[in-house]
Amino acid sequence: MVENRPLLTFLAHGALILGVIVVAFPVYLALIASTHPVSAFSSGVIPLLPGREMAANYATMLGQGISTAGAPPLWGLLGNSLVMALAIALGKIAISITSAFAIVYFRFPLRNLAFWAIFITLMLPVEVRIVPTFKVVADLGMLNSYAGLTIPLIASATATFLFRQVFLTIPDELLEAARIDGAGPLRFFRDILLPLSRTNIAALFVILFIYGWNQYLWPLLITTDERFYTIVAAIKRMAETADAEPYWNLIMASAVLAMLPPVLVVIAMQRLFVKGLIETEK
Amino acid sequence: MKRTIFGNQLLPWLLLAPQLAITAVFFLWPAGQAVWQSFLRQDAFGLKTSFVGLTNYAALLGDAKYLNAVQVTVVFSIAVAALSMGVALMLALAVDRGLRGARAYTTLLVWPYAVAPAVAGVMWWFLFNPTIGILPYALRAVGYDWNHGLQPRDAMTLVVIAASWKQISYNFLFFVAGLQAIPGSLREAAAIDGAGPARRFATITFPLLSPTTFFLLVVNVVYTMFDTFAVIHATTQGGPMQSTTILVYKVFDDGFLGLNLGASGAQSVVLMGIVIVLTVVQFRFIERRVEY
Amino acid sequence: MFRSLSISPLALLAAVSVAQAQTEIQWWHAMGGELGAKLEEIVAGYNASQSDYKVTPSYKGSYAETMTAAIAAFRAGEQPAIVQVFEVGTGTMMAAEGAVYPVHQLMADMGAPFDPAAFLPAVVGYYTDTQGNMLSMPFNSSTPILYYNKDVFEKAGLDRDTPPKTWEEVEAFSRQIIDAGAAKCGFTTGWISWVQLENFSAWHNQPIGTLENGFGGLETELSVNGPLQARHWANLKDWQDAGIFSYGGPGGGNDAPPKFYAQDCAIYMNSSASRAGVIANAKDFEVGYGMLPHYADTAPQNSIIGGATLWVLQGRPEAEYKAAADFFNYLSSAAVQADWHQFSGYLPITQAAWDLSKDQGFYDANPGADVSIRQMTLNAPTQNSKGLRFGNYVQIRAIIDEEFQALLAGQKDAQTALDDLVTRGNALIRGFEAANK
Repeated sequence: MVENRPLLTFLAHGALILGVIVVAFPVYLALIASTHPVSAFSSGVIPLLPGREMAANYATMLGQGISTAGAPPLWGLLGNSLVMALAIALGKIAISITSAFAIVYFRFPLRNLAFWAIFITLMLPVEVRIVPTFKVVADLGMLNSYAGLTIPLIASATATFLFRQVFLTIPDELLEAARIDGAGPLRFFRDILLPLSRTNIAALFVILFIYGWNQYLWPLLITTDERFYTIVAAIKRMAETADAEPYWNLIMASAVLAMLPPVLVVIAMQRLFVKGLIETEK
Repeated sequence: MKRTIFGNQLLPWLLLAPQLAITAVFFLWPAGQAVWQSFLRQDAFGLKTSFVGLTNYAALLGDAKYLNAVQVTVVFSIAVAALSMGVALMLALAVDRGLRGARAYTTLLVWPYAVAPAVAGVMWWFLFNPTIGILPYALRAVGYDWNHGLQPRDAMTLVVIAASWKQISYNFLFFVAGLQAIPGSLREAAAIDGAGPARRFATITFPLLSPTTFFLLVVNVVYTMFDTFAVIHATTQGGPMQSTTILVYKVFDDGFLGLNLGASGAQSVVLMGIVIVLTVVQFRFIERRVEY
Repeated sequence: MFRSLSISPLALLAAVSVAQAQTEIQWWHAMGGELGAKLEEIVAGYNASQSDYKVTPSYKGSYAETMTAAIAAFRAGEQPAIVQVFEVGTGTMMAAEGAVYPVHQLMADMGAPFDPAAFLPAVVGYYTDTQGNMLSMPFNSSTPILYYNKDVFEKAGLDRDTPPKTWEEVEAFSRQIIDAGAAKCGFTTGWISWVQLENFSAWHNQPIGTLENGFGGLETELSVNGPLQARHWANLKDWQDAGIFSYGGPGGGNDAPPKFYAQDCAIYMNSSASRAGVIANAKDFEVGYGMLPHYADTAPQNSIIGGATLWVLQGRPEAEYKAAADFFNYLSSAAVQADWHQFSGYLPITQAAWDLSKDQGFYDANPGADVSIRQMTLNAPTQNSKGLRFGNYVQIRAIIDEEFQALLAGQKDAQTALDDLVTRGNALIRGFEAANK
C-alpha cells in the first residue's frame, strides 16, 4: 500500500462487500426460491427467507423431474452434462496438444497452412455457422448422440496456441538430450512434454470443463431425445411451460444444480482457474 | 521457432489429423455452406433452389429490422463492456489496496464466471418477473413502472445486467493482474510528489492499465456479440419489438425458426466478417503487447 | 403332389414373414406433459388393436421445434412418416408439394375407408385446398373462448352466470369490477395474434387477407388493417392505459394465465384447450365460460381454429404409407376422437365424435365444455372465417406481436401499427412466393 488512508480503506471494503452482495444476490434468491413450495410464488412477491421444502424440491427434480415441462429426472441430465463437459475438455486438450507438438517440433510441407486452418476456427464461432453445422451433424446421423454433442465443439485454436507457447519456452537442450538417449518423437512427447505441461493442462482443463458444461445453443438444437438432454439446455424448456405458471421453486432448484458443479470446480481450483483464464486469454 | 526438430514427415500429419478433420468437417465446410447458401433462395424443404446472386445481401441492407439489430448489438456491446468493466475496475482497485481478506474477496467475486449464461439469464428473468419478481416490486415502490415486456429500454437494461453480471468476474481478474504488473515504485514516487489517489489513478494507473483495458474491451465485445445468445434466448427472446435482437439472435431466428436459409446465410457471412476484424484487432494488439 | 409340397412350405414361409414384418412408422409430435401421456396412450391402444403396424411416437419439443426438426430431417432424408405441424405452419407445408403426401390422396392410394364429409367443416376447412381436398389429418384443434371468474363477477354486483357477450359489455363489466374493487383488471388474453386479430377478424367476418385469406394462392396479401380491426386495437390500447386490459406478453402470452389464476383479472380469453389448466389452477374461485365478445353493431360469424394437424411426408417406403392410412383411420374413429376431445379440451373433429360425447352426457356433466364447438359452428364459414393460409406465417405472427407492442408502448397508433404489420407481413409473403414459385 502506498500510504495509509483509513477512509479509502474503509471505502474499499465497502465497495468490495457491496460487490460481493450484488454478485451473490441472484443466486441467493434462486437458492431461497428452491426451498419453498410452489404456492409461495402465486401471490405477491417472492420470499426472501428460506422455506422448508428444500429436500422435497431437490428430491423431486433429481428423482422424477417434471414431465409436464419436458424435464426428465435431473440425475440423467447432470450425467449428460458431465459426459459432455469431460469429453469436450479432454478432447480439446488431446487434439490441441498433439497439434501443437506437430507444429512446434516438425517441419513439413504446408505447415503454415495447417496452422492457419486451425487459427481460422477462432473466427467461426458456432453461433455464426449454426444452420449449416446443424445440417452437417444431421447428415452424419449424429443428432441425439454424445458424439454430436461433443465432437463438433472440440476443435480449439486457443488451446493449440497455448500449448505452442508452452512448448516454445521449453529449452532445445532437452530435446537434444532426449535424442542422444535415443528417444523418438512419441517418447519425447510422453516423457518430457506431457510432464512439463502438466500444470497448463490442469489449468486449461478447468476452463474447458466450464466451457463444456455451460454449452447451451448447441445441445438445445441437436438433442430432441430426452436421454441426451443436458441440464443447462433443459432449464430453459422448464421455464417455458405454456398455459400454466412455471414451477419456480423447481426451476430454481434445477438452476442451482446446474451451476453447482462448475462453481465448485472454480472455487476448489481457484489458482488453476485463474492461471488457465489468464493464459488462454479467451 | 525451434532450432532442433524431428525429421519425420508423416507423424506430424497424424498428430494434426484429428484437429484438422474436425476443423474441416465442422468449421470450414459449414462456413463454406453458409457462404454458398447466402447466394441462394430456397424453400424450407430444400425442394426449389435458385441462384439469386447478391439479392439476399441487398435485402439485408434494405431491411430496417436488420439495421435495427446492428444498432441493438452496438448498444448492447458498449453497455455490457462499460458496465462490467467499470464495476470490475472499481473492485480491482479496491482489492489492489492490499486489504486484509483480499483473497477471500477474490474468491467471492470470481465464481459467477462458472455460471452458464443461460442459467444467469433464467435467474435474472426470475428476479425481473413482472408478477412475482422482486426487482419490479422494489422499483414500483420507488415509483418506477418497470415493464420489460413492453418498454424497450427496460428490456435492454435487463439483458445488459444479466449479461454483465457474469462477466464482472472475468474482467476483475484481468484488472487485478494488470494492476499487479504496475511497479509499486511508480505510484510511490507519485505519492511522494504529493499526488492524491485520484490523480495517481488518472496519471499513472489508468494509462499503464490501458493495454489490459483495451484487451478486455475486445474480449467483452466478442463475448457480448456471441456468447450472450443464451442470455437473450432465456430472457427476452429478442423482444419487445426486436429491441434486444442482437445479430447472432437474428441468425438463429431467421434460420431456425423462420427457415429462411438465404437470409440467415447472408447474415452469417456478415458476422464472419465482423469476427475476422475483431480477431485481427485482438491479435495485432497481443503482438504489440508482447513487444512491450 | 410333389409340386404342392414344394410350394406350401414357401407359402408358409411367406405368410410367416408377412406376419412378422411389422411395419413401424415414426410420428413426431409436440405434445408434452399430460397431453403427451394421453397421446402415447392412444398410440398404445392402436398398436394393441392390430399386429401389422406399429406407430412410434416421439416428442420433439415445441411446435416450432418439431416442425423445424422435421424439415431439417427431410432435407437430410431422415424424415418421419407423420409429423404434427401447428396451424400457422400450414402455408409452408402446403406449398411443399414434393414433400408432403396429401391425406386425401394417401387414403385413396392406400384404399383406406375415408369419408371427408364425416369431418366437421369448421375444423377441416382450415386444412383443405380450394377444391375441397383434405391435405392433412386434424388431430388437436382448438378455438379461443372466454373464461371468467364467477366469484369476482358476483362481488362486483354482476350476474355470476352471465358472461359478457359484446366488447361494450366487456368494457362496462370491467369498469364495474375495478370500481367495486373486486379485481385489479378487467381482462387479459393469450395469443394476441390468434385471438385478438385472426379470430377477431373471422368472428366479425372481416377478411384477414386477400384471395380467401390466402387459400386462393401464393399471391395473397394481408388485409387485417381494416377499420374494425383498427377500432379494436385502438380500444385495447385505451383499455390497457385505463387498467381494464392487461397485456400478457407476446406469442402465447405466458403472463396472462397467472393474472387470471391469481384473480388479478376477472376475464381471460384463450384456447379452449386451456380449459383443463384453468380448472386445475383456479382453486379459489369458480370459472364460467362464454363465447368470444363481438362489437354490438356487428353479428358474430364463427371463430377459427388453432392447434395442429398431422402431415404425412414423402419419401418413405410404400408399406409405411399403408400403416399411416390405417392409423389415421383409427385416429378419426368416434371413440378415439371423443376420448381425446373430452380429455384435452380440443375440438372433436368429426360429427360422430361430437354426437358420441353428447350421448355420453359429457356436456351435461361439464358445463362450458361445448362453448368452443358451438362457437366454431355458429354459422357456416365464409371466405373470411374458414381459416387462413399464408407462407412464412410463423414470422408474421412475431410481427403481429411486435406491432401490438409498439401500439401499447405508445410508439404508434392502432391504424399505423396495423398498416405497418400488413406491409411487413406482405414482404414476407412475397419472399415465400418467390421461394416457392
